[in-house]
Amino acid sequence: MQTVDTGATRTPLLNDPAKRSLIYQVGVLLAVGALAYYLVSNTLDNLERQAIATGFGFLEKESAFEIGESLIAYSAADSYARALWVGVLNTLKVSFVGILLTVLLGTLIGIARLSTNWLVSRIAAIYIEVFQDIPILLQLFFWYAFFYEMLPAPRQALNPVAGLFLCNRGLIFAVPAEHPDWGWAGWAFLAACGAVYLLRRWALQRLFKTGKTVPLFWIAVGLLSGLPLLAWLLGGAPTAMDVPELRGFNFQGGVSVSPEFAALLLGLVLYTAAFVAEIVRAGIQSVNRGQTEAAKSIGLKPGQVLSLVVLPQALRVIIPPLTSQMLNLTKNSSLAVAIGYPDFVSVANTTINQTGQAIEGVALIMAVYLCLSLLTSALMNWYNKKMALVER
Amino acid sequence: MTVHVYDSRTAEIKPPVTSVGVLGWIRKNLFDGWFNSVLTVLVLALLVKMVPPFVRWALLDSHWLPSGSGCQDAQGACWSIVTANLRFIIFGFYPHDLQWRPLLAMIILVALLFYSRNRKHWRYALGWSWLAGLAVMGLLLRGGFFGMAVVESTQWGGLPLTLLLAVFGLTGAYPLGVLLALGRASRMRAVKTLCILYIEMIRGVPLISLLFMSSVVFPLFLPEGVTVNKILRAQAAIILFTAAYIAEVVRGGLQAIARGQYEAAESLGLNYYQTMRLIVLPQALKIVIPPSVSILISAFKDTSLVVIIALYDLLKTTKSVLADPRWMGFSAEAYIFLALIYFCCCYFMSNYSRRLERELDTGL
Repeated sequence: MQTVDTGATRTPLLNDPAKRSLIYQVGVLLAVGALAYYLVSNTLDNLERQAIATGFGFLEKESAFEIGESLIAYSAADSYARALWVGVLNTLKVSFVGILLTVLLGTLIGIARLSTNWLVSRIAAIYIEVFQDIPILLQLFFWYAFFYEMLPAPRQALNPVAGLFLCNRGLIFAVPAEHPDWGWAGWAFLAACGAVYLLRRWALQRLFKTGKTVPLFWIAVGLLSGLPLLAWLLGGAPTAMDVPELRGFNFQGGVSVSPEFAALLLGLVLYTAAFVAEIVRAGIQSVNRGQTEAAKSIGLKPGQVLSLVVLPQALRVIIPPLTSQMLNLTKNSSLAVAIGYPDFVSVANTTINQTGQAIEGVALIMAVYLCLSLLTSALMNWYNKKMALVER
Repeated sequence: MTVHVYDSRTAEIKPPVTSVGVLGWIRKNLFDGWFNSVLTVLVLALLVKMVPPFVRWALLDSHWLPSGSGCQDAQGACWSIVTANLRFIIFGFYPHDLQWRPLLAMIILVALLFYSRNRKHWRYALGWSWLAGLAVMGLLLRGGFFGMAVVESTQWGGLPLTLLLAVFGLTGAYPLGVLLALGRASRMRAVKTLCILYIEMIRGVPLISLLFMSSVVFPLFLPEGVTVNKILRAQAAIILFTAAYIAEVVRGGLQAIARGQYEAAESLGLNYYQTMRLIVLPQALKIVIPPSVSILISAFKDTSLVVIIALYDLLKTTKSVLADPRWMGFSAEAYIFLALIYFCCCYFMSNYSRRLERELDTGL
């Protein structure tokens, strides 16, 4: 009988999967490390030769440039750090408003695309195709030119609705004049939101215990509109409006939206809404027809069919791609630099040009957008988990 | 016994006019219920209000002569800005009498694209002819052989530059993206981590930050005395950016391949390289063709961002025409013309991608 001497036939080093993989990994790490070392040493040499100081010390220095619009108090005497923070806030502002409007408009167009009305569905299809196929930057330039070239000067401002003016200084509209009562109405609205939330929990518990339903929708509408109205009435029902008036070459009063912001918002919303519309359409179509039919056959009303059966299933399909569209909108808002809206990239770019701290500036841009992306996806993942199918 | 007589008159009674033909179609598709009727009327009213003035502006009252005469006081569109500056918009600062070269390069590209549309032509030879075609295109633009004058890349611009950045970007990004996707699917911890880091980092930042990096930071990375021209640097940024997106698309394809395929390949004694090249990638890459076309579309649109680092692509040439005092104030016309170019290219590609998706969908 032949005996096998296992000790004598050792596997060659490269034929042992574990060791081979270790060797490969060490090799890759070494290669990446060497590349990094090469780049860093080159960079350090170059910086030394051009006498550029490294580090983030420049953030403390006086920025010495003005920023067109800001959510917080800012002047040219403030530091670069504050200027950059103004930029971050401006980016957040346009992204937040943009995402809200995009979801609304995109959903509307997505539903219109599925309409049985031929005309409406055709127009939605044309909208989606046209706005998807034109680069966002071109659209931004177009809207920017629209505000600065095609709209009239303040003296001949377009006035489509009373209290709203459209001219080459932007969009100016009337708002209720300041009065403490408006604050109370706001608090009342928040209180109503809390009440509706608690009511919904109670109604669901009751539904599961007794099977009795509560007309929750109408109660919610009543609460949400009634409480602020009550607060408004109790506070003396102020009706004074802060109406913009033409004085000299520009409007005074009211709230004005700068042409840069308006052009950026318009471009981002119209572009991204086309993608969102396709996502919404696909999501709704992904719900099996049988689901709708079954829901109808057990006697649910059309509204209930949509809210209890179709939407919960469609949302599961919609949310992941919708998240990436929201991220796209946030990232595309960086194109503001091309039309002069002071978003973060625009401020960082000015900073780079003034201080010459290119590496730090670009690193800051990347870090801020990475944080925004991670934050948005974390939020949406949380929401997605909440909506996900709970399997038995 | 009753005899049923075939009554020729009943046979001739047609369905009511309101349910067939044009009227029937209109009723079914436009006036189906009160809500749809109101919607139709509203939309029609809006169209009547908006379309005729637009047609009057764009066609009836418009000016087309390159001299631009009558543009300043006219009510209509001034297409003269396009007709007068067409060559500059399309070719940028490329020497005037040599512009047949970029034109020929673009014709080669379009011919290759049209030839590749048919799936019957998809063979290895086609891949090689693409590589050869791209090389010829690059050489044509640059010149310097057969007695053709050298045109430095600083003079390249317009549509050829846009196409170049998009097509070379995708060609360069594809191999890198496939490698990254394989790395991400790998069992080697270090490789996997590196790939995930790269992909997620690139996908988390806007392209414009990479373009900034290419224009201001990249020169610092190079040793003293070595310089790389601006177009190549932007091209590198576009490749690095697109590769991360391609990696994600290819990852989807890799995940769609059943485990049995890998196991069968292993049991045949194929090594990793052979498994990937012969078994996995051919199947995975076939699945991801339609999404790859979508990436080509977005790469094509994204090349317009190089405006921000002052490369003379299609958008930048148009903007510099608009900066000329003679043509100031005609942005709408110029941008609409550009939008048409972009729209035609993207519509062609997305239509093709949809067709491909239908054809490749074997229902499995």
